[in-house]
Amino acid sequence: MKKTFKITGWVSWLVWVGIIALIIAAPSFLPVFRLNLLGRYLSLAIAALGVDLIWGFTGLLSLGQGIFFSLGGYCIAMFLQLNTSSDLPNRIPEFFSLYGIQSLPFFWEPFKSPLFTIFSIFIIPSLVAGFLGFLVFRNRIKGVYFSILTQAALLVFFNFFNGQQKLINGTNGLKTDVTQLFGQIVGSDSMQRYFFWITAILVILSWLFTRWLVRDRFGDILIGIRDDEARVRFTGYNPTLFKTIVFSIAGGLAGISGALYTVQSGIVSPQFMTVPFSIEMVIWVAVGGRGTLLGAILGAVTINYAKSLVSEALPASWMFIQGGMFILVVTALPEGVLGWLQGSGPRNLLSRLGISRTLPTYPDLEARESKGVNSQ
Amino acid sequence: MQLIVESLFNGIAIGSVLLVAALGLAIVFGLMGVINLAHGELMMIGAYSTYVTQLIFKLPAFQQFYNSYIIVSLGVAFLVSAVVGIVLESLIIKRLYGNPLETLLATWGVSLILQQFVRSVPLAYGTGLIISLIIGLGLPIILPKNLFVSHQSKFFRLGIWSISVVFGLLTANGLSSAISKLGRSSSRNVDVTAPSWMRGGIEFWDITFPVTRLVIIVITIISVIAVSWFLNRSIWGMRIRAVTQNRSMSECLGISTKKVDILTFAIGSGLAGVAGVAVSLLGSVGPNVGANYIVGCFMVVVLGGVGNLLGTIIASFGIGIMTDLIGAGRLLEIWPEMPSSIASTVNFFATTSMARVLVFALIVVFLQFKPAGLFPQKGRMVEG
Amino acid sequence: MSITKRLFSGLSTIAVGAALSACGAGSNQTKGCIDCTDSVTVGILHSLSGTMAISESTLVDTEKMAIEEINASGGISVGGKQYEIKYIVEDGASDWPTFAEKSKKLISQDKVPVVFGGWTSASRKAMLPVYESKDAFLYYPIQYEAQECSNNIFYTGATPNQQSEPATEFMFKRSPASGKPFYLVGSDYVFPRTSNTITKEQLKSLGGKLAGEDYLPLGNTEVAPIIAKIKKALPNGGVIINTLNGDQNVAFFKQIQDVGITPRNGYYVMSYSIAEEEISTIGAEFLEGHYGAWNYMMSINTPASKKFANNFKKRWGSDRVVADPQESAYNMVYLWKAAVEKAGTFEDNAVRKALVGVKFDAPQGPVEVMPNHHLSQTVRIGQITSGGQFKILESTDGPVLPQAWNQFEPSSKGYACDWTNPRKGERFRL
Repeated sequence: MKKTFKITGWVSWLVWVGIIALIIAAPSFLPVFRLNLLGRYLSLAIAALGVDLIWGFTGLLSLGQGIFFSLGGYCIAMFLQLNTSSDLPNRIPEFFSLYGIQSLPFFWEPFKSPLFTIFSIFIIPSLVAGFLGFLVFRNRIKGVYFSILTQAALLVFFNFFNGQQKLINGTNGLKTDVTQLFGQIVGSDSMQRYFFWITAILVILSWLFTRWLVRDRFGDILIGIRDDEARVRFTGYNPTLFKTIVFSIAGGLAGISGALYTVQSGIVSPQFMTVPFSIEMVIWVAVGGRGTLLGAILGAVTINYAKSLVSEALPASWMFIQGGMFILVVTALPEGVLGWLQGSGPRNLLSRLGISRTLPTYPDLEARESKGVNSQ
Repeated sequence: MQLIVESLFNGIAIGSVLLVAALGLAIVFGLMGVINLAHGELMMIGAYSTYVTQLIFKLPAFQQFYNSYIIVSLGVAFLVSAVVGIVLESLIIKRLYGNPLETLLATWGVSLILQQFVRSVPLAYGTGLIISLIIGLGLPIILPKNLFVSHQSKFFRLGIWSISVVFGLLTANGLSSAISKLGRSSSRNVDVTAPSWMRGGIEFWDITFPVTRLVIIVITIISVIAVSWFLNRSIWGMRIRAVTQNRSMSECLGISTKKVDILTFAIGSGLAGVAGVAVSLLGSVGPNVGANYIVGCFMVVVLGGVGNLLGTIIASFGIGIMTDLIGAGRLLEIWPEMPSSIASTVNFFATTSMARVLVFALIVVFLQFKPAGLFPQKGRMVEG
Repeated sequence: MSITKRLFSGLSTIAVGAALSACGAGSNQTKGCIDCTDSVTVGILHSLSGTMAISESTLVDTEKMAIEEINASGGISVGGKQYEIKYIVEDGASDWPTFAEKSKKLISQDKVPVVFGGWTSASRKAMLPVYESKDAFLYYPIQYEAQECSNNIFYTGATPNQQSEPATEFMFKRSPASGKPFYLVGSDYVFPRTSNTITKEQLKSLGGKLAGEDYLPLGNTEVAPIIAKIKKALPNGGVIINTLNGDQNVAFFKQIQDVGITPRNGYYVMSYSIAEEEISTIGAEFLEGHYGAWNYMMSINTPASKKFANNFKKRWGSDRVVADPQESAYNMVYLWKAAVEKAGTFEDNAVRKALVGVKFDAPQGPVEVMPNHHLSQTVRIGQITSGGQFKILESTDGPVLPQAWNQFEPSSKGYACDWTNPRKGERFRL
């Protein structure tokens, strides 16, 4: 019992120290291009934490996280566009003139305020998520129906943003690279370094926040909903409320992630609302280990890094690898890599190699289950 | 009147494409509870087999039958997609029964692989692979059973697979030398040309009914009738329904649930192949052709209620007619003196993109009142 | 033995067989530069996967061919040394942010002096800030909607006044459907939207009638509602201006024929994105009698054009065709070479300065780089024949000067772009 606990602690400490060292040292040894990539992948990790929260802990497989991700991105991009367009004709962003628009559409107005923007980045996506979630959960729609409906919602949003050139620049998306913030160009190297730090800090904060969430009773109820929703309801809790709350939190996290990703990639476009991107988020978590928050972060960063490396070397093979990963992770490695490490995986491997293992006793299993570390 | 007929026809035309595409999905989802995100790719395989069939029929030896290739390709597409479905079921999906979310992810992975497969493997070799699979899986069924019980059966099986591989390679090499287009891998879209009798339209009441659309409607009707006959009247259909209702009881009564699973999935996949033929008549054939339809298909199944053929039919025609009504701005024609405030809203949605937005939004709203679709499944199965 | 095991053993046998047969296939051999003592690496950035791969892969083929041609004829001579051109091909994956990311990689990490890339306007718009913030140089080969003039992009495709404007004028004044109403249909993204805005303004000034416009979301091929609307809006025939994207064109042309929207019934489609490549995919029988407007058409009967087409067939297969976007991609590689040799260095800013005024005998005829970083090009209007080629109906006498800012659209009317004069720059009043 103590032994397994030690391994868990040891692994997570090691990973922890590694991450901090990486973050501190990254700008000094990584070229700007790679640093920027790392920053972006770290920002994706925040969205992955949200996915882990709703899927790994609560059992809700959302295929529509791209909506909230893009909403966050659009919020910050609209602010940056307005911030830079003060010396342009009509004081509106440049692209409007292409479509003959003279005045700012009404919903752009509040984004002139930086304070509003900072809050909107996570409040708007979480409100939208909360609303969508409430509509769906109220009717006790769950399981795959929930997944399909989120996918449909994703398409609704995609078609809307993609089709509305005059409101939001349609397929082109909004650029942030050449916009200005505090008198500096957002795409410049120094600004990008700041964004990297901000991202890294926010990843750690989100990790602490989600860990705090799942530690106590709230987390237990989420796991309860995942494993047997009817029982939770009969115990007197209202699963709809909890599911709505956790879905909107995940939405908010996706929004923050989208905003950070946008400023570091230089553009937000409806492309973020396509079906593959949202499903990819799930695979980050699945590979890293669902139900392990650290796994979500590591999964997001490593898979994306691998993607950029592989697609540079062999563009055609990434689809095969990614497809294979989806299949492999659900058939052979359902707990993901970190879940496997924390669970009985290494012990089984050791015993296969002929090294003795300690048999877990029943109370031991109970104790681990109640932590919700890797129960399936 | 003419307006209504035209509008109805257009709606039915759109709806029948949706229906034939969703039919296989409804079976696999409704009867097996499997979410197959690779359904679109099975359609794509059907569309590609139509293309290969067409090219083969262009060869001098078959030229005289060219006009009927589309009928042959229906059978070919069904068979090819069904075989791919069988492989899929026995390698992956079988392990994941009872875990719909995991199945969803695994089939998404399959769909990525299939998409890239048609991009990077020459079609001739793809055809060869399918032929080997058909022979390798089919021969044991045809040959007498007692050949496989002897202790030499291992060698026997190996022999069969070797034969199938030889045949597959021969087909691949033959095809790639006979039709050079098939010998190269290409990410380019290909095109299925309808035979001349299927082009043009039939004039009736001053309305032109395109023949292709009529053919698709006929294909849809035949598929629906065949499926409902199979499920309700045939012995295997009865077994399938029995397994759906009570798996362990059926097993006790001697129904081979494994065979039923494979059969159900093969039929669902085969129907996707037939849908692929229909789709190939409307547009170009490319790796993404199925992905364009998959979400629409799921909406049909969800809206119609799971496991209900009638619901699927009504839902797809409903969506088709709605899409046409909104997308083509027909409300304004039907009611020309509409107040301008409503008219501007109608106009705002009267583009194909916005029609999609509105139709999907309406479905989500509809599910607020009928969460389990038009015809909800009754009984204890619903929870859980 | 279960079916799974049988399948496993079967599949592995097949795999072995396939691997054995694959060994026979040879690889493409390319001739390098024999006299070269040094080399320079350029970037090629197009979609090799995703929806745009269909179109963009032909550009990669052409650019590779142009580079091989240059290498075979002695490479680039700079400062008395002969440089062999090498290339890094990156995949934009039909995803606009990926284009930006790969651009950053090519510039910052591979330090290429030039990137040839892009197809959709959305991808260009996504890449533009990268090149501007890093002060690098992108060569973009596609006809586009203009209303843009970057110091960091060199556009070798047509601007609207080199393609859509003459086409609209032709359709309105001299086509069989002259004087009839216009219907505009396009994919839902920036090029069709902007191009149609310009066409609408032009139509207004010509005194033509607009019957309607509609857009199909990218990836959606359900064209039935649009066709119903066209039939309703143009009951007696008319002009359809088509700016649909790749796959959607196939669905569109297949289905309009069935409902009787054909040249025989007085409907003429003028397409801005249908070139020989697309004709061969869609099938000439669906397109016969409709129109297209391009700077280059494969049927141009000059030695330069024939040589270009034959070289391409020799390199990539006898059933391949060449079209305007490919010609444009071919030109830009040669123009870059000429500019580098003129500047005597690979350094960005010097090459950029040297580029203006460079002339090249392109397959379409002579082209010249103008101060607004666009090319002067010849405009041709063609009608599609049953053989899948264009019959050239009209051709301008000489190259037409490019306008980066459109002169029909009120917001850009009266503006121009000139990068040779530091006081004029991106956008100045004429």
